[in-house]
Amino acid sequence: MSTTVAAKPATMAQALGRALRDAMADDPAVHVMGEDVGTLGGVFRITDGLAAEFGDERCADTPLAEAGILGAAVGMAMYGLRPVVEMQFDAFAYPAFEQLVSHVARMRNRTRGAMPLPITVRVPYGGGIGGVEHHSDSSEAYYLATPGLHVVTPATVADAYGLLRAAIASDDPVVFLEPKRLYWSKADWNPDHPLSVEPIGRAVVRRTGRSATLLTYGPSVPVCLEAAEAATAEGWDLEVVDLRSLVPFDDETVCASVRRTGRAVVVHEAGGFGGPGGEIAARVTERCFHYLEAPVLRVAGFDIPYPPPMLERHHLPGVDRILDAVARLQWEADS
Amino acid sequence: MEQRGAYTPTPPPAWTPRTDPAPLLPDAEPYRVLGTPAAREADPELLRRLHTALVRGRRYNTQATALTKQGRLAVYPSSTGQEACEIGAAFALEERDWLFPSYRDTLAVIARGVDPVETLTLLRGDWHTGYDPYEHRVAPLSTPLATQLPHAVGLAHAARLKGDDVVALAMVGDGGTSEGDFHEALNFAAVWRSPVVFLVQNNGFAISVPLDKQTAAPSLAHKAVGYGMRGRLVDGNDALAVHEVLTEAVRHARAGGGPTLVEALTYRVEAHTNADDAGRYRAPTDGDAWRAHDPVALVEAELTARGLLDADTLEAVRADAETMAADLRARMNQDAPLDPMDLFAHVYAEPTPQLREQEAQLRAEIAAAAEDRPEGTPR
Repeated sequence: MSTTVAAKPATMAQALGRALRDAMADDPAVHVMGEDVGTLGGVFRITDGLAAEFGDERCADTPLAEAGILGAAVGMAMYGLRPVVEMQFDAFAYPAFEQLVSHVARMRNRTRGAMPLPITVRVPYGGGIGGVEHHSDSSEAYYLATPGLHVVTPATVADAYGLLRAAIASDDPVVFLEPKRLYWSKADWNPDHPLSVEPIGRAVVRRTGRSATLLTYGPSVPVCLEAAEAATAEGWDLEVVDLRSLVPFDDETVCASVRRTGRAVVVHEAGGFGGPGGEIAARVTERCFHYLEAPVLRVAGFDIPYPPPMLERHHLPGVDRILDAVARLQWEADS
Repeated sequence: MEQRGAYTPTPPPAWTPRTDPAPLLPDAEPYRVLGTPAAREADPELLRRLHTALVRGRRYNTQATALTKQGRLAVYPSSTGQEACEIGAAFALEERDWLFPSYRDTLAVIARGVDPVETLTLLRGDWHTGYDPYEHRVAPLSTPLATQLPHAVGLAHAARLKGDDVVALAMVGDGGTSEGDFHEALNFAAVWRSPVVFLVQNNGFAISVPLDKQTAAPSLAHKAVGYGMRGRLVDGNDALAVHEVLTEAVRHARAGGGPTLVEALTYRVEAHTNADDAGRYRAPTDGDAWRAHDPVALVEAELTARGLLDADTLEAVRADAETMAADLRARMNQDAPLDPMDLFAHVYAEPTPQLREQEAQLRAEIAAAAEDRPEGTPR
């Protein structure tokens, strides 16, 4: 059994593990719990070594019951602990949805601030890893429609560390969405860069450009960056904004970018109808209408149950689909 | 070709049950004390305290029901007939222990020391819990069924991890035992050996659905065996019996023995709430035997038989309950002071920029409405 944590995280998975380890070392109230998080170290090995270092009470294997895991975490938080709950896979979190919506999200509000619940719910989400049914959902729309929750998703190694530390330190419940297919990515990794805690609620411009803005988050960030590189061949200079946090939403950074470029495309894996892109496009349109040269477009997953792995490449928004949307933004030229 | 008959099956791996189920099984008959010779041993002071709380509880139920009819409460789920379950159980807790009530358990909440008016805050239509959960160690009244049970398990687990000998009492109705959270909570508690006592108040109906459409189990207490915890069956109208069984279960939990599932048999005398018409699913004479087996009368009979209750004392207890009801009436008839800005005050520790914008919008709307109002008109 491995007991070591990478001295310097090279992948997102290692950065998440390091964040959990450092948070547990800094604060004895932090408890990690879930199915398989102990001896096995999690099915994605995010919690590898934590039980060995902190004991099987602080990194606890629980019975296989997501509502029970989150419900017990509520009681633990009531008694002053800071539970970090792992849901293993996006679609496995649904049994815990009632606890999340009916209790976790509103306990502070219904007790007039007397009973805050500083719980972090880690949800590995999204497709692109060849997972079978129920292992690839993009469930973020359910969470961001629930007042009282913060909803955060990293796209880089540094953010995985910084945002998870911030989520655990937050006195509010945070749904921490981990893009599964970036677990092994080394994006933005700089061995000389110090690890830092990243405040929740700020978007970041990953690539500056003048022709249009791609608004995206989580697993779609690298795809957008790739699209932006490819777009230079067409003479387009695309800006890429990584939202990082869906709740709170950083209107300021997003609108500043769109006002500069005058065009925007929202890109995400989740289905478009009722998806986060609709909300983001509406916000941008309301705030930036007079700066826009074209309607805000969305490039999203299709409105279908997540497809089988052999077909998922047709479903996931890829570079070509993004470039097609950017082409459709050139309104004046076409009309 | 292989010869037929030559195959010798390998024996299966040895199996032994993990736990002897016999000590976990509830007794065949619900435990009773009042009306039996054993009641003569009961502490007079405990009997008097139970009696006073039962009389007050009954009066609180009738007063809250009246307030509903006057429009002062949006809804009230009466616990008339079930007072012994709530009070007998809550009295078994120490001050450091926690109570996790369902929406019908206001009497247990009051028994923990919470102001009766505060227990009605939620039901009068103010969406706040009404009391500080930490002041008397009472979780918010839970409206979703059985979802507060895993909270009790988690809190008791956390307390034990911190080295505190705190016990959590979690209350649920017979209908709530069908919910998934009931199962998950009991399973977690048994696996973790958490110091939790689960009290099922089996009052016969989940709104309109009777118990035999709710479960096929021999009794709800029998469900405990499947989780590896003790099941206990008690007469829920016998305050002394409930108190004894709960006290023993609390002691067992505090000593590290793990959780207990207690089923208290009782009867819901009133409808589910004022929004329910019990006449559609039961005849007026249904439950007559339960009504005759009244929890208040049972304690009064015992006190009287032992010469512990004379007419003057009884009068004093009833007058005390009337005073409580009059106070409740007077304070509930005052309009609650409501600040609209409260809508945004406690959603997050730090409000999001989006909520700040909405807060500013509401503030402006209220200011504009105040300007439109002719001078001298009340707000």
